[in-house]
Amino acid sequence: MSFMHYLRAFRGIVWRELLRFLQQRERFFAALVRPLIWLIIFAAGFRAALGISIIPPYETYITYDVYITPGLLGMIQLFNGMQSSLSMVYDREMGSMRVLLTTPLPRWFLLLSRLFAGVIVSLFQVYAFLLVAYFCGVELPPLGYLTALPALVLSGMMFGALGMLLSSTIKQLENFAGIMNFVIFPMFFASSALYPLWKMREGSLWLYYICLYNPFTWAVELIRFAFYLEINWQALGIVAGCTLLFLALSVWAYDPSFGIQQRKVGAAAAAG
Amino acid sequence: MQKEASRDGPPRSPVLSVKNVSYWYGSKQALDDVSFEVFPGRVTALLGPNGAGKTTLFSLITRLFDAPTGRIEICGRSASDWGAKALGPLGVVFQQPTLDLDLTVKQNLRYFAALRGLKRKEADERMLRALKALDMEERIGERVRALNGGHRRRVEIARGLLHSPQLLLLDEPTIGLDDPTRRAIVRHVHELARTDNIGVLWATHLFDEVQADDDLLVINRGKIIARGKAKDVVAETGAKDLGGAFRLLIGGETEEDIAA
Repeated sequence: MSFMHYLRAFRGIVWRELLRFLQQRERFFAALVRPLIWLIIFAAGFRAALGISIIPPYETYITYDVYITPGLLGMIQLFNGMQSSLSMVYDREMGSMRVLLTTPLPRWFLLLSRLFAGVIVSLFQVYAFLLVAYFCGVELPPLGYLTALPALVLSGMMFGALGMLLSSTIKQLENFAGIMNFVIFPMFFASSALYPLWKMREGSLWLYYICLYNPFTWAVELIRFAFYLEINWQALGIVAGCTLLFLALSVWAYDPSFGIQQRKVGAAAAAG
Repeated sequence: MQKEASRDGPPRSPVLSVKNVSYWYGSKQALDDVSFEVFPGRVTALLGPNGAGKTTLFSLITRLFDAPTGRIEICGRSASDWGAKALGPLGVVFQQPTLDLDLTVKQNLRYFAALRGLKRKEADERMLRALKALDMEERIGERVRALNGGHRRRVEIARGLLHSPQLLLLDEPTIGLDDPTRRAIVRHVHELARTDNIGVLWATHLFDEVQADDDLLVINRGKIIARGKAKDVVAETGAKDLGGAFRLLIGGETEEDIAA
């Protein structure tokens, strides 16, 4: 297989994801409206009730809506990662996953391309949200919109890889509701997205530790620091490590020799 | 690798070689020491009742599952040695529809062409040719959701042929189609095998899809229980037709029992 084959296949996978995304306008608006409700309604209420002290990377007092913006970006990406997982389960049920997996290219490459395609879709949503947020008065360092990009790509990869891993364990589309209850909401609420960790520690020590071990916290912190032209090395290490771990487990799960896909599809075939 | 003695020329190498393949789902054996070959320009019908192991065999050939025993070679390349690269000469039409319903015919085919590494221009040319051969060129801009079952199947066959495969696998491709569409697809695939020298493995449980001159493999409970040209298999069992022969083979009934 030549380099051009890989390139064309990658382009094809990204192009298909974008086409599907553009055809699902509701998905785009839902992705935009969800964090905007948090920003406009939730943050407006909490702005008065909750004071944010000066904590890194902030060098001055900031408003609550500025504080939660990185968390809401993480939320967009987390939802998108889970949407990708849903889309993979759908593709498996509809059979189009077979077309991808019987391509004469390594499975890791196909899954990685699929992951990148999901990240690119999430970046459209993230920057559309940032544009609306800007007009709602959320001001971030102008250069931050650019420096946050690598952090957003990495965090998008982590959530996408997590979604991919989950997709390999979900038997049916209907089971996706469980993901919402047991993955998205706990990850979002038990993190530094809505409150700084020190505030969480004041409220509950055990919850603080849960937040500390939640990869979502570190994705949010990575994005937060990147917006202020800083690198949070601890966050970078944890997010990169989790991405690699989730990705390796996904490739394993989809591998025909070892993966759980084989057992699952096999059980269905045996039944048929 | 064995070669088939050809009446018209030098011996031909098989495009698919399956040797001693067995497969288990837990403790249940789905395939039992299956061996056969598919040659270029020939249609090999894999005939078996539901649950006989046809789909499992296809999953092993397409590398969706990994074969724990035996060896599968596509055009002389084994997946265990070559990995995914072994799937290069393979075109597949799955039993389950696999087109993206929200994309147009063209978008679906372009996506597949990209996965196969075809250039855009070349892909578009091949796409038109394949669709034209199946009388589908006018539907190229339509969303797959708007097509009926027969037309969707034709698009899947066009997609399976887009990269000029040497081996075409069809897993019960006519399920749910009306009779005229079914016959048209059977005719077209047989023509393709002849004109493009493609080896075809056609899994089915419908007797009228098998032509007298086709190579036939009868599979039951994971075992190949009969093989040869379809007309020879019928003759060997003493049955009147393939349906009778099949019932004799899988049920152990005599032709008189069936007649009675």
